[in-house]
Amino acid sequence: MFETVLVANRGEIARRVIRSIQRAGARAVAVYSEADAGLPYVHEADEAVLLGAAPPAESYLDVTKVIEAAKQTGAQAIHPGYGFLAENAAFAQAVADAGMTWIGPSPDCIRSMGDKISARNLMAAAGVPVAAGTPEPVGEVDVAVSEAARIGYPVMVKASAGGGGIGMSVAHDEAGLRSAFETARTRAERFFGNPAILLERYLPNARHVEVQILGLADGRVVALGERDCSVQRRHQKVAEESPSPGVSPVLRARMLAAAVKAGEAVGYRNAGTVECLVSGEDFVFLEMNTRLQVEHPVTEMVTGLDLVDAQLRIAAGEDVAFDPDTISVTGHAIELRVYAEDPKRFLPSPGAISVWTEPSGEGVRVDAGYAKGTTVTPFYDPLLAKLCVWGADRDEALARARTAVAGFEVVGPKTNLPFFLELLADEGFVSGRYDTGLIDTMRAPKPG
Amino acid sequence: MAEEVRAEMVANVWKVLVAAGDTVEDGDTLVILESMKMEIPVIAEASGTVAELRVNEGDVVQEGDIIAILE
Repeated sequence: MFETVLVANRGEIARRVIRSIQRAGARAVAVYSEADAGLPYVHEADEAVLLGAAPPAESYLDVTKVIEAAKQTGAQAIHPGYGFLAENAAFAQAVADAGMTWIGPSPDCIRSMGDKISARNLMAAAGVPVAAGTPEPVGEVDVAVSEAARIGYPVMVKASAGGGGIGMSVAHDEAGLRSAFETARTRAERFFGNPAILLERYLPNARHVEVQILGLADGRVVALGERDCSVQRRHQKVAEESPSPGVSPVLRARMLAAAVKAGEAVGYRNAGTVECLVSGEDFVFLEMNTRLQVEHPVTEMVTGLDLVDAQLRIAAGEDVAFDPDTISVTGHAIELRVYAEDPKRFLPSPGAISVWTEPSGEGVRVDAGYAKGTTVTPFYDPLLAKLCVWGADRDEALARARTAVAGFEVVGPKTNLPFFLELLADEGFVSGRYDTGLIDTMRAPKPG
Repeated sequence: MAEEVRAEMVANVWKVLVAAGDTVEDGDTLVILESMKMEIPVIAEASGTVAELRVNEGDVVQEGDIIAILE
């Protein structure tokens, strides 16, 4: 195991990763921007290095500064968390070039999966089902129009290098496609520095279900069950659960087998996620995330495993601390992403936190990035905390979630906690029969 | 009657789409703010003329700051 590990991230995920590093007996180094000096993760780390000013380009995205901080503190490995540099192949390579270990898959793997078109083509070649779509980047709107005619409307327009739902939209006809294409291209260029656009057949009423995989140090790839991430606003996840209430045992077995095959096809090492769309008993590959996911706690709660600990051991070339042949899923877990945003329109709401009271109790886990007296600034994403609950079955998890949400008090920024009370009372969510259109349905004007 | 268009939250000004003197319609986007990795369009809630524009691209606005005045 490593003696010192640097965490190249902030907020709740930095704090959560630091916890596992320390539990493994290693020293954890945090990095932070001027805006984040007061956050809990900075104080809980064994050492913390100031990177620079608040804008991500001057702090968390500055590869040179992060590597310098690792050298300065004697770190042998870097954990990237999610977001920021986590799926940056050049950064992973720079870490290796500096003589340190990257806690994640190889730069080649990140590169081939980071490009959605190359990932689609690789997966199709490996026998994993993919949706009808464009086999190469589309640069001209007229090409997009003719491709859409071939694929069939509605189509999803997205940035090939993209993520986080940015620039993604659905086009139902040619006029819609022309405007969606321009928007997607502008955003792809601005956010990802790459204007390549991908069109894919859009499946309405689909569920977003993903499989957690682990590529072990000995080369084996194992699947750790699935997560349902269909509760989304602006194509971004808000709540997740495991197991998925919409996946039958037969479908689950097929999806897990396909995810293992996907991992094996690219020689995957470390933790990764194979995202799929599910419609009825069919599924198609969406993308592979070559990092730890925000929603990994639901998998940890139903499997009893520590995924960050597994990541550390795999990166160190060691065996994981459990028997990979006997992974089993027990009970049901739900994660609610508590965001600093208003609960109606979901618009961001930064501000100083004057009251912060976390719920506790049996089966309740809170991964929080903030605390009383800290300030939510407009520079980073709005995630304040992840409220996770486990129950022996889905009903018990739902009941515990309702109590936990009611017991979570935040004063200062507006939060989406009131939305979760609505969600946990919504017939569609409670029944388990919901899809990615759930929030739009909840927000639609009621007839009469 | 002058209508003050204010920022609903702390944000960076990403794009300014109108200039003083422009005529705008109800629903037109005046400015696009960016906060917490999200673009937030600021919309004219009435038709009129942009009498004053108080922000530039790259500025940071606080909640309640005046972005523009329409007449």
